Amino acid sequence: MKKSSVASPSAEYFYRWMLAIRHSEQKLKELYIDHKIKGALHLSIGQEAVPVGVCAALSDGDKVFSTHRSHGHYIAKTHDIEGIMAELLGRATGCSNGYGGSMHLYNYEKGFLGGNGIVGGGISLALGAAFSAFYQNNGQIGVTFFGDGAANQGILHETLNLASLLKVPFLAVCENNGVAATTPVEKSTSETDRTKLAKAYKISSLSADGSDVEAVYAAASKAVAHLRAGKGPFLLNLRTCRWEPHCGIIKDTRDQKMLDDWRTNHDPLNVIAGRYPELLSSELRAEIGREVDARIEAAVAEAMTAPAPELAEYKRNFGV
Amino acid sequence: MKKMMYISAVTEALAEEMERDESVFVIGEDVDIDGGVWNETAGLLERFGAKRVVGTPISEGAFTGLAAGAALTGLRPVVEFMYGDFIHVAMDQVANQIAKARLMFGGQAKMPVVIRLCACGAGTREGAQHSQFLESWFAHLPGFVVVAPSNAADGKGLMKSAIRSDLPVVFVESRQIYYDIQDVPEGEYTVPIGKAEILRPGEQVTLLSFGYACEKARQAAEMVKDKVDVEVIDLRTLKPLDTETIFKSVEKTGRLIVAHDSPAMCSIGAEVVRRVVAERFDYLDAPPVVVASKDVPIPFNDELEDYTVLSVQDIVDEIMKISVGII
Ligand SMILES: Cc1ncc(C[n+]2csc(CCOP(=O)(O)OP(=O)(O)O)c2C)c(N)n1
Ligand SMILES: [Mg+2]
Repeated sequence: MKKSSVASPSAEYFYRWMLAIRHSEQKLKELYIDHKIKGALHLSIGQEAVPVGVCAALSDGDKVFSTHRSHGHYIAKTHDIEGIMAELLGRATGCSNGYGGSMHLYNYEKGFLGGNGIVGGGISLALGAAFSAFYQNNGQIGVTFFGDGAANQGILHETLNLASLLKVPFLAVCENNGVAATTPVEKSTSETDRTKLAKAYKISSLSADGSDVEAVYAAASKAVAHLRAGKGPFLLNLRTCRWEPHCGIIKDTRDQKMLDDWRTNHDPLNVIAGRYPELLSSELRAEIGREVDARIEAAVAEAMTAPAPELAEYKRNFGV
Repeated sequence: MKKMMYISAVTEALAEEMERDESVFVIGEDVDIDGGVWNETAGLLERFGAKRVVGTPISEGAFTGLAAGAALTGLRPVVEFMYGDFIHVAMDQVANQIAKARLMFGGQAKMPVVIRLCACGAGTREGAQHSQFLESWFAHLPGFVVVAPSNAADGKGLMKSAIRSDLPVVFVESRQIYYDIQDVPEGEYTVPIGKAEILRPGEQVTLLSFGYACEKARQAAEMVKDKVDVEVIDLRTLKPLDTETIFKSVEKTGRLIVAHDSPAMCSIGAEVVRRVVAERFDYLDAPPVVVASKDVPIPFNDELEDYTVLSVQDIVDEIMKISVGII
C-alpha cells in the first residue's frame, strides 16, 4: 500500500487506512476467539477516524504515546500491519519482538513509543518527548492519545499544567468514546468538554467529530501548525464510539440502541464513503478491501510460521 | 460448609462485614457496575446502596486518599485496585500517608484501611503491566499488615479479619484462584492474622508458600511423595510472619524451601530465610532456598512467560536438590 503525502491525504488514503484498522482488528478478534492470540485484547473498531485523522497530520519523527487500546493508533502511525500481527501472535518478528503483546506495541522508526497497560501511563511520557523535541529543536511533536477515563487521572492535569508552563510541542488527543471499561463518561467526569480543561491551563484546543476523519484531520492539522510554530501545547477533543466490548469478547452492558445508532449513522467508513460517492466508488472500495485483506492475510500467514522469540537470547539479554 | 468460588467467598465476607458494621464501605473502579469486573462486588450495591459501594473514576490517587481520610475520621474502607499493578498510581497515598499516619501522630490516628490488590500474578499472557505480585513492597514498608489468601475459605476469613483490623492491611489476591470452587464455612468465620496453616504435614523438607504458589507447592510435594516427605505450609499472613510455625517445622525437617510467584530479590522468601538462618541456624541440614519467578518483568510470549514464572517443576527440582543425602 502506498502512503499518500502527509500534506494532503486523499479520501482514498483515509478510507484505506481506516479499513486497514477495521479489518486488522476483525482479524485479531477472530484469532483471539480461536485462542491464537492470548491475554488482553482491546479493540477500537468504530473509532478508526481518530487515529487515522490525527496521524495523517503528523510525520514519522513525531512521537506518539498510546494507550491500552492501541492497535488503531499503531497502524495509523506506522502502517506496519505485519509488525502488529506478529506481535499479537507472540512472534520474534513482532514490533516488540513478541515480548509486549497487544498493550505494548513499539516502533521507534515510525515514531510509536508505546502502548500502555496503565490508564494515563503515556500522558506524561509524551510531555517528555515534547520536551526532548524542544530541547533538541528538531521540530518534532510529542503526542499522547488518552481516553475519557484516563482524563480523570491526576497525571493529565499535572501534565497539561507543566506543558503549558514549558510551552513545549505537546499534543494531547482525548479519544472520548463515552465510556471507561463499564463506567459511562457522564458518571465519571464532572466536565466532559475537555476544551474547557485546556482553557483552564491556557492551552489552545479544538473539538471535532471523531467519526469524521476529515474533520479530525482538519483539527489535527491546525494543532500541528500551531505546535510546529512553537506556540505551545494543544488539546484535541474528539467524540467517538467503540463498537466492541471493553476487552476481548466480554459481555457489553451498554445500551444496544445507542450502539446501533453509532454503527448506522456514525460509521467513519460510511461517513467518508458517503461524502465522496464518485471518488470512493463501490468498485474502488471493493478493490481497496481486497488489497487490505490480502495484506492482512499475508501478514498473519507469515506471522504464523515466524519463529517465536528465542529463549536463549531472552536469557542472555535479561540475565535470567 | 458450602461450595463457592474464591471470589464469591470474599464478596460474602464483604457483605457480612458491611452488615455487621455500618462504617465499612467499598470503593474502587466499577465496583458499582455489574458486580465489578471480577464479579468481586456482586450484589453489594443492591444490598447496601451507592453510599457504601462507591464506584469511582479512574483516579486511583484520589480514591485511595479518600479512603485514608475516611479512615482517619471513623470509617472502614475497603479500597479496591482492579489489578494490583495499578496501585503504583496511588503510591504516595499508600506509602507516605496510610502506612505512616499511626506512628507520625504518636499512635493516636487510626488507619483501618483494607487495600485490596485484585488479580495479581502472571500466567495469563497479559504482559508486563498486568502480571505482578507486589507483596514485598508493602511488607517492606513499615506500617502495613500483609495477607495473601491461597483458597476460598481463607479469602473469606482473612478479609473479615482484615476489615476488623485497626492497622492498614494489604490484601494480596491471586487471579489464578478467583474462580476455583472450594469449601467455605458459612456465617461468622475469621482466619486470624499472623497464623500460617500446614497444608500437608511432612517430616523431611519444609516448603513454605502463599497465594497461588501454594497450589504449585502442593503439586510439587505430591509429585515427589514417594521419595521425600515434604511439609507444605501456607503462610497466609506475610507480615507479621508466623515464625513460630515456620521455626517448628524447620526444627523438625532441617530443610527449608520458600516458593513464591514474585522474584526472589528482597522478597518474603528472602526474609524467611534471613530469620531462619539468624535464629535456627543450628537446625539446618542444608542451605535454605528461595525458588521464585525470574527477576525480570513478565514477557508476553507464552514460552518466555512460562519460563519466567515459578513452575511446579522448578519447585520439584529444588526439593530434589535439597534432599540429596536423604533420598
Ligand atoms: C491505572 C489503571 N487503572 C485502571 C486500569 C483498568 N482499565 C483498563 S482500560 C480502562 C478504561 C479506560 O477508559 P478510557 O481511558 O476511556 O479508554 P477506553 O478504554 O475507553 O479506550 C480501565 C479502567 C488500568 N489499566 N490502569
Ligand atoms: Mg473511553
